[in-house]
Amino acid sequence: MPTKPETLSNDGSGQGGGHGAGRHENVLDVDDLAVHFQLQGGALSRLLGLQARVVKAVDGVSVQLRRGEVLGLVGESGSGKTTLGRALLGLVPASGGRITYHSASKGDRRVSEMRGAELRQLRTDLQMVFQDPHAALNPSMTIEEAVGHPLVIHKIASGRALRMQVAEALERVGLSPVERFLSKYPSDLSGGQKQRAVIARAIILNPEVLVADEPVSMLDMSVRAKILQLMLDLKQEMGLTYVYITHDLASAKYFCDRIAIMYLGRIVEIGPTEEIFANPRHPYTKALLKAIPEPDPDRMVPRDLPRGEIPDAAEPPLGCSFHPRCSEAVAGCGWESRDLRALLEEHWTRKLEAYDDEKALIGDLDGLDRPSTTAKVGKGGAGEVRALLDRIRAENPDEPLWSGVRGIEPAGNGVEVQFQPADSPQLRRAGSVDVACVLYPE
Amino acid sequence: MRNLLRQIWNTKGLARWILLTGTIITVVFVVFALFAPWIAPFDFNQTRDASGVKFEKLGSPGAGHLLGTNDQFFDIFSRVIWGARTALEVVLLSVILSVAIGVPLGLVSGFLGGWVDRVLVFVMDAIYTVPYLLLAIIFAFMLNDKLGSGIVAAALSLVAIYIPQYFRVVRNTTVSAREATYVEAARAIGAKPTTIMRKYLFGNVVQSVPVIGTLNAADAVGTLAALGFLGLGIQPNEASEWGYDLSRALDDAQAGVWWPALWPGLAIILLITALTLVGEGLNETLNPALRRRRLRKVQFTDRVRTSDTEEVAPR
Ligand SMILES: Nc1ncnc2c1ncn2[C@@H]1O[C@H](COP(=O)(O)OP(=O)(O)OP(=O)(O)O)[C@@H](O)[C@H]1O
Ligand code: SF4
Ligand SMILES: [Mg+2]
Repeated sequence: MPTKPETLSNDGSGQGGGHGAGRHENVLDVDDLAVHFQLQGGALSRLLGLQARVVKAVDGVSVQLRRGEVLGLVGESGSGKTTLGRALLGLVPASGGRITYHSASKGDRRVSEMRGAELRQLRTDLQMVFQDPHAALNPSMTIEEAVGHPLVIHKIASGRALRMQVAEALERVGLSPVERFLSKYPSDLSGGQKQRAVIARAIILNPEVLVADEPVSMLDMSVRAKILQLMLDLKQEMGLTYVYITHDLASAKYFCDRIAIMYLGRIVEIGPTEEIFANPRHPYTKALLKAIPEPDPDRMVPRDLPRGEIPDAAEPPLGCSFHPRCSEAVAGCGWESRDLRALLEEHWTRKLEAYDDEKALIGDLDGLDRPSTTAKVGKGGAGEVRALLDRIRAENPDEPLWSGVRGIEPAGNGVEVQFQPADSPQLRRAGSVDVACVLYPE
Repeated sequence: MRNLLRQIWNTKGLARWILLTGTIITVVFVVFALFAPWIAPFDFNQTRDASGVKFEKLGSPGAGHLLGTNDQFFDIFSRVIWGARTALEVVLLSVILSVAIGVPLGLVSGFLGGWVDRVLVFVMDAIYTVPYLLLAIIFAFMLNDKLGSGIVAAALSLVAIYIPQYFRVVRNTTVSAREATYVEAARAIGAKPTTIMRKYLFGNVVQSVPVIGTLNAADAVGTLAALGFLGLGIQPNEASEWGYDLSRALDDAQAGVWWPALWPGLAIILLITALTLVGEGLNETLNPALRRRRLRKVQFTDRVRTSDTEEVAPR
């Protein structure tokens, strides 16, 4: 991979200063943005009036996109990167919060309140490059039609002028000699060439912002660096601002000026690329960085995440949503009923022989599935259940869950475990970055 | 479209022969239909020759009448030729109308979703579950009152039974195509919903329409003949119709007069077979699930790999 041009990180501020007067320093201001998806319940659950499940794909995200910078959105699958990117263009409606676009020529505009024609007009300024170039082009349109269509839709050019501009855009993205590509169908092109065509279509309207959603993850290793280099060249030639979405931190390091780490719909750490890599603060960032030298970046599995899976996005953990997997978790991280269930089950996988007796004492665990900071367990008598919990605790007294327990009270035939309630930590300044973790600022 | 034609032209093996045979026979019938006035020696409802002498009833094949005459004094050869015109008129009219209604309806329904979609799917499914001949009979019955018993009435009673087929196929492909990234990409460049439907969905969801169209055409020939056979179709003085002639001829056939039944019957079978062959041939060619092009695919990626690394020079 080529090394990052030195001038790049200064580019943003330099440009902002150059044309600066009257122009807002930020291109996009995202303020407490939420994008929630209603999951379709079956006909039966709708009949019964059950509440539809909601996935909070993006939840309370505030971020500024500075003019001329490359902002990276990094996170595991399902962390809401794509949804945030789509929301910036108004491709998904915001359920809450605001997105403000500070247009260089047309003043401030509220993306989150736009509809219909106004929203379509916005697309001349904000554009998107998609993850899968094989799917992003209409299979029954030639490259000429596809790349030129934005100009046709917005009635900017037609006839000879249209052709000229298409040729120019193709030339720009390195699809030359242009004549060889104009009449081709997407199926005639390779992945890298398709992605170049997609980029040509995105830049032909001369946008200010380009949201690139994992633009190289579906491409051959051999062309990835070339596409990224092309994007950097275009950025410099056209004064673009990028939002670069990826789950590959290595490419983010090469490409981005600032990086925002996302987890379950929230930004957990954001700051300059150098600082994020040199001095990661959030435990999730640290885990991601440890996972970098994975040979196949597509299947990046953070190695240091002790308790495996990404939780259900429809019912994220209480408090800090990373706490079930966090290796540095403390009392105030939002421990809750489901963690107790996980702990008991883990205990039984280690002590299989004790399962029958203890399970009889504890009883049904399903009551713990409803997220709550009070957890009722046990049916074999308060004292005995209490004693069992104490024994389990003694096995591993360092387990951070116990530090979050405020009290264990007798309740009927069992006990009620009361956890310390906690809110999701907000982004707070720590050094030159912002971190959403109770451990920061120290 | 250009892709489609190229694909059809490049068909190999059995599919090519099926397609070719079907096309040739169909073309013969089309020629009959187009040039009926010149090919047929007499008019379809002519019972006397130029000098006013009435034709012989059930005259045997021979000099004056190549294939003989039937019990209504008509010249059988002329009836068969004119019948081709009737059949193709009805088939074309019904297929064009049902495509023109079924395809846009399916496209809009699949794209919009919601309650519009649900209502339309329900109605179409309801129509689809009724046996099609029964449906055609009902419609023919109702239309005979209003439109008489001509070609238009016959075609319209077929339209109703074919619309759901186009609707279902187009609607289902639209529902899956709607989620495709290129549709999202179209929204991202600011395309209106109507533009998305016209430029991004239409071309990709009509792929299977030619196949259904030809198979429906085959079916329409049969259904039209069935209606005629039952006396609900086109009446003999409106146009020549094979099914009707066949039904008239059956009694005589039992008495040993075979020629009035043989030729219209043969025409029906031949045309249905030909159109089915074309349909199946197209299906074999165009349906990606049936298509076998593995060999070409390997070559394809290979070529692409090398070209991508070589020809896109670093800038
Ligand atoms: N249209 C939708 N309807 C319902 N849920 C959705 C929709 N789009 C995304 N989601 C959900 O929102 C969450 C975030 O999805 P998103 O695609 O933004 O993640 P991502 O970070 O881009 O992941 P990936 O790396 O897999 O692309 C996921 O749980 C996903 O299932
Ligand atoms: S708040 Fe910080 S320490 Fe606590 S669980 Fe979350 S990331 Fe870990
Ligand atoms: Mg994504």
